[in-house]
Amino acid sequence: MIAAAPVVAFLPSKIVMPLPSLPWYGPSPQFRMTEPRRMADADARRTGLAADERRAALMAAAQAGDGAAYQALLRDCISIVQAIARRQGVPADRIDDVVQETLLSVHRARHTYDPQRPFIGWLRAIAQRRAIDVLRSTGRHGRREVHAPLAYESFPDAAAPDRDAERAQAGSTIAPAIAALPAGQREAVQRLVLEERSLAEAAVITGRKPGALKVNLHRALKTLRAKLGGGEG
Amino acid sequence: MTPPSHDDLIDRLAAELKPVRPLASPVTRALGWLAVVAALAVVLAMLSDLDALRRRLETAPDMWLAILGSTLTAACAAFAAFELSVPDRKPAWALLPLPPLLLWVAASGLGCLRGWVIPGTHVASMRETGDCLVFILGLSVPLGAALLLMLRRAFPLRPDLTAMTGALAVAAAAASLLNFFHPFDAAVTDLAVHAIAVAVVIAAGRVLSRRVFAG
Repeated sequence: MIAAAPVVAFLPSKIVMPLPSLPWYGPSPQFRMTEPRRMADADARRTGLAADERRAALMAAAQAGDGAAYQALLRDCISIVQAIARRQGVPADRIDDVVQETLLSVHRARHTYDPQRPFIGWLRAIAQRRAIDVLRSTGRHGRREVHAPLAYESFPDAAAPDRDAERAQAGSTIAPAIAALPAGQREAVQRLVLEERSLAEAAVITGRKPGALKVNLHRALKTLRAKLGGGEG
Repeated sequence: MTPPSHDDLIDRLAAELKPVRPLASPVTRALGWLAVVAALAVVLAMLSDLDALRRRLETAPDMWLAILGSTLTAACAAFAAFELSVPDRKPAWALLPLPPLLLWVAASGLGCLRGWVIPGTHVASMRETGDCLVFILGLSVPLGAALLLMLRRAFPLRPDLTAMTGALAVAAAAASLLNFFHPFDAAVTDLAVHAIAVAVVIAAGRVLSRRVFAG
């Protein structure tokens, strides 16, 4: 005869019953914030406020011309801008572009910051805008990409055996052609193509406007195409 | 770890750092531009026939509403444009001039109805409405230039919205000042010409925004 198993054996060790919340209109106990949690949140808020006040003070010092304060502030901004860019959905490989564009905008707009107002709101507005700009340019770039099966035949593989020899040969032809360009065009090719810098970065280095750099690069490529016989590409 | 390029950029920006004077608050700057408009209003008032204006307003009290609407639109749009020219202000500021704009359009529309229902009302001819167009556009040039220069000192993150709000302020201010030299009641053609003038000024502001603003 099989002994009847005690009923309690089939019951879970702990029965979780939703407790009635009193008063009835208040939050249920599981959603009610515990005292340590509330204190931790208040601490975080205080820390956040203190950090923002520190950044506001650094920006005020930067407005007065303090370079060290400015450097500390901009370094502090990097991780904030990266987080904002990620939240905006910027692809990982373009986040550094958002950071650089934001830092440049912060530099140009530094006189518009009012030290009486939160710094983070000011920075967030600029970073979000620059993130949108980068997303738009990424979208435009995506639209220009086309499906081209013949590209495999037209463009040699990077690992092709004769690749190094071809590159060396091309380099020996292109280098003198670049050197013969007018100074402005040569500078645009150097910064934007050879050093692979962003337009904003190249503008800061050369002291030229991004539009002027674009025009110079366009002219340089046209000259090089004509000189090297690349046709109308 | 910060990528080296960020460090390079920060070092370069810090090296070229120059002290800057923080920009005055948007309200202060808007009041500055409105002071220019007020000064122009004083000059035009001295040149105009104020008695004729008073008689016109007595016979057509709804014109007060139209003038009040256009003046409030100019002021609210100016405040909104200066707020929008600073990065951390909300784009909702652009909604500020909409209520007075509604008042302006509604009161002007009422003026058109009066032209139809009251016999003998002097309705503006096409040539006279053409003069209105020239006046509004002509006055918008100096007012708009002053406003764009003042807005340009800031850093508008939404250049189009800022320029269009500013242009609305300019057009509304010019339309308000037009009342000093408006010897006839509003009619449909007149209202349409005013609307065209405002639209042209706003479109010009939008076209110029990309060239003028850095943000």
